[in-house]
Amino acid sequence: MRLTCPICGDRDRREFYYQGDAAMLARPDPAAPVQDWADWLHLRDNPAGRTRELWYHEAGCTSWLMVERDTVTHEVFSVDLVERVDAD
Amino acid sequence: MVDLTALTPCSGLLPLRKGTVTLSELDPGRITSLMPFGGQRAALSAALERAHGLGFPAPGRVTQTEGATCLWTARDQAFLMGPDPDPALADHAAMTDQSDAWAVVLLAGEDTEDVLARLVPIDLRPAAFPEGSAARTLCQHMTVSISRRAEGLQIMCFRSMARTLAHEIADVMASVAGRRAAG
Repeated sequence: MRLTCPICGDRDRREFYYQGDAAMLARPDPAAPVQDWADWLHLRDNPAGRTRELWYHEAGCTSWLMVERDTVTHEVFSVDLVERVDAD
Repeated sequence: MVDLTALTPCSGLLPLRKGTVTLSELDPGRITSLMPFGGQRAALSAALERAHGLGFPAPGRVTQTEGATCLWTARDQAFLMGPDPDPALADHAAMTDQSDAWAVVLLAGEDTEDVLARLVPIDLRPAAFPEGSAARTLCQHMTVSISRRAEGLQIMCFRSMARTLAHEIADVMASVAGRRAAG
């Protein structure tokens, strides 16, 4: 498997660390009920098909990446920076 | 006061020559990491230009001038190598002294890219990785910074891994040299 890092280009999977579902980015409001926080922290779908995931380019530029891919066909649809390159 | 003898990271390990390839240690001089503060990248680049005559490198690039190099090492991070950093840079970037924290080696010779092809998961042939290119990637299990200089490929790893780096590369150099000798 290869991912095209928006900063480094086409790289081998070995350079990346897999974090999990991109649902982690949808953090509940601080005042949200405890149940919302528990669901956000613990509940994950396990879809066969298109998923959005967080990957970390650990052995490269150290960017967090949002990868959209298909867990059945292994097709990678997109790799985007979680924090835009011009964020500063 | 005790007079201590400074040893380089690869002291006693290098240089090595096998087949067409030579692995030798480089003295990078002072190494300072520069991480621009939010919104300060352009200002840092201008300050670098004034003080040291080179700009802050784009991702995957090296900027260079007589006696100084600025090497891209990660997102929003580059290493100024060679001179003592101008104090004015501190207005625009977080700076840390990295001198002596890195082992810096040079791999040169005809089969250089063939050697690293067995260790590094990116294409380092000159057509894909010309002079002035820099990458953060892996050498076996270690994270390294690799950049192309006129003389060959510069490889940097954490000083604590110097022996492993020299060992891994030396093994592969012997293997590639053996292949060449066998025809």
